[in-house]
Amino acid sequence: MRQRRSLVLTLLTALAGAYSLIPLAWLVINATKTQPGLFSSFGLWFDDGHFALWDNIRQTLTYDDGIFLRWLANTLLYVVAGAGGATFLAVLAGYGLAKFDFPGKRGVFATVIGAVAVPGTALAVPTFLMFSRMGLTDTPWSVIIPSLITPFGLYLMWTFTAEAIPDEIIEAARVDGAGEFRTFFRIGVPLLGPGIVTVLLFSMVATWNNYFLPLIMLKDPDWYPLTLGLNAWNAQAATAGGDVVFNLVITGSLLTILPLLAAFLLLQRYWQSGLAAGSVKQ
Amino acid sequence: MPAKRRRSWAGWQFVAPFMAVFALVFLAPIAYSVYLSLFRNRLIGGNAFVGLANYRQALADSQFWSALGRVSLFLVVQVPIMLVIALLVALAVDSGRLYGKSFFRVSIFLPYAVPAVVATLMWGFIYGARFGLIGNLNDALGVTLPDPLSPGLVLASIGNIVTWEFLGYNMLIFYSALRVVPSSLYESARIDGAGELRVIASIKLPALRGALVIATIFSVIGSFQLFNEPSILKSLAPNAITTYFTPNLYAYSLSFSGQQYNYSATVAIVMGVITMVIAYAVQLRGTRER
Repeated sequence: MRQRRSLVLTLLTALAGAYSLIPLAWLVINATKTQPGLFSSFGLWFDDGHFALWDNIRQTLTYDDGIFLRWLANTLLYVVAGAGGATFLAVLAGYGLAKFDFPGKRGVFATVIGAVAVPGTALAVPTFLMFSRMGLTDTPWSVIIPSLITPFGLYLMWTFTAEAIPDEIIEAARVDGAGEFRTFFRIGVPLLGPGIVTVLLFSMVATWNNYFLPLIMLKDPDWYPLTLGLNAWNAQAATAGGDVVFNLVITGSLLTILPLLAAFLLLQRYWQSGLAAGSVKQ
Repeated sequence: MPAKRRRSWAGWQFVAPFMAVFALVFLAPIAYSVYLSLFRNRLIGGNAFVGLANYRQALADSQFWSALGRVSLFLVVQVPIMLVIALLVALAVDSGRLYGKSFFRVSIFLPYAVPAVVATLMWGFIYGARFGLIGNLNDALGVTLPDPLSPGLVLASIGNIVTWEFLGYNMLIFYSALRVVPSSLYESARIDGAGELRVIASIKLPALRGALVIATIFSVIGSFQLFNEPSILKSLAPNAITTYFTPNLYAYSLSFSGQQYNYSATVAIVMGVITMVIAYAVQLRGTRER
């Protein structure tokens, strides 16, 4: 199927591309400016003679005794425990739903699908009240535990598993006398690669970008993830006598998004095929 | 569906861990908020059962209705614009007639990986008259453009941020659905002499139906849950964004600055029910003629 390329169509699509990329370019360019330079130079071009990127990065990492690095470590903790755990639970349950028939299966399906429609933020206040009774608020657990559930990930793993693992292979392993978990780890998991990467990547984004949940759960800035920290730096400018650090907010924002952009770019092949498989059964 | 499979409890070994955590972070809070919504904390007499009084209060609450009206307006304007653009881009990328198609596919998707906090701060600065692009344009052209952060425009400005964040995500959902159309369908259409537009109308759009329903449901939920963007933009536009700007912002302010936990839970439940009803209606409508 060879099609003639169209310049007009390419230019029209380039409009959407420019819309998506220009704000990111703005962020990169402005991360190279000093605080006064932000106000005195044109937004989409560099400030002549003042290339302050390295200086801004150094300041971002050391400001307020290096709290940014602490926030980065917290974010990594929430992502590894939250997104890692969420992926593990979704892969396990997706396999169970796709490859077994068990009493209550319809109930599981109905409950989980119903829960997808419940606004996550509607759960936040009661979850906060529950967790505060259990003494979990203002601890990492209050952010990690709710991140462990991803109904979308479960749905994706379920459809993916149904396609990727033939029943005959599992049956053969059973005939050979392998236990259910051994079969799952030895035979199931290796076949689920693209699906697992996709769910992992999307739950990583969800936890890395989480704002509302930590906002209500955490009071102590020492437990903040990057998103809350950046917002706190920005809000500082609005309070009387607060230190105005827009250059650090901008540089910190850039540092915050780089790891995820890199992950998406490097793992393209996996998540794109994972998503495509998930859409087969809609 | 696989053929005969023995029905046994073995499957629960795999599903139980998910369901246990699910019960803790989904089912228990839902039950707890229903419980909370039936009580009220009074200065005299403490915590008292009030039946449906909180719900009656919510239905007569003009701040709640104004918040709901705002997100409904957002829903009917922003969601169609975003989904139509996403659909057009997906069709363009899938057409095979673009130069550099993977570049477009990836770069339009990239904003999805940007946290709402960063996206909002970034756009908030760009909107700003002080060192943003709007300020630059004002200086360069000697004009005064309308302020995107003024009360009249701030909802549209938030709509732009949300569109920017989720355009590529929706495009990718549509694109993935188009990828699974067997190419033999296109070939036979071509043999029948069908043109590009005819192929789009009779093959591609029907194939996108399921993806469109899913994307619409996600967008309905997203619009009704609107919180992060207005909440963060509030520090840059304090006069334009009220504490009851969206239902979620209202529920949040009731809880965390008003200590009215019972009423806040009620507002959250009412919003949850409205969201579920609309999501369900979209699904029914979308799958009806299959």
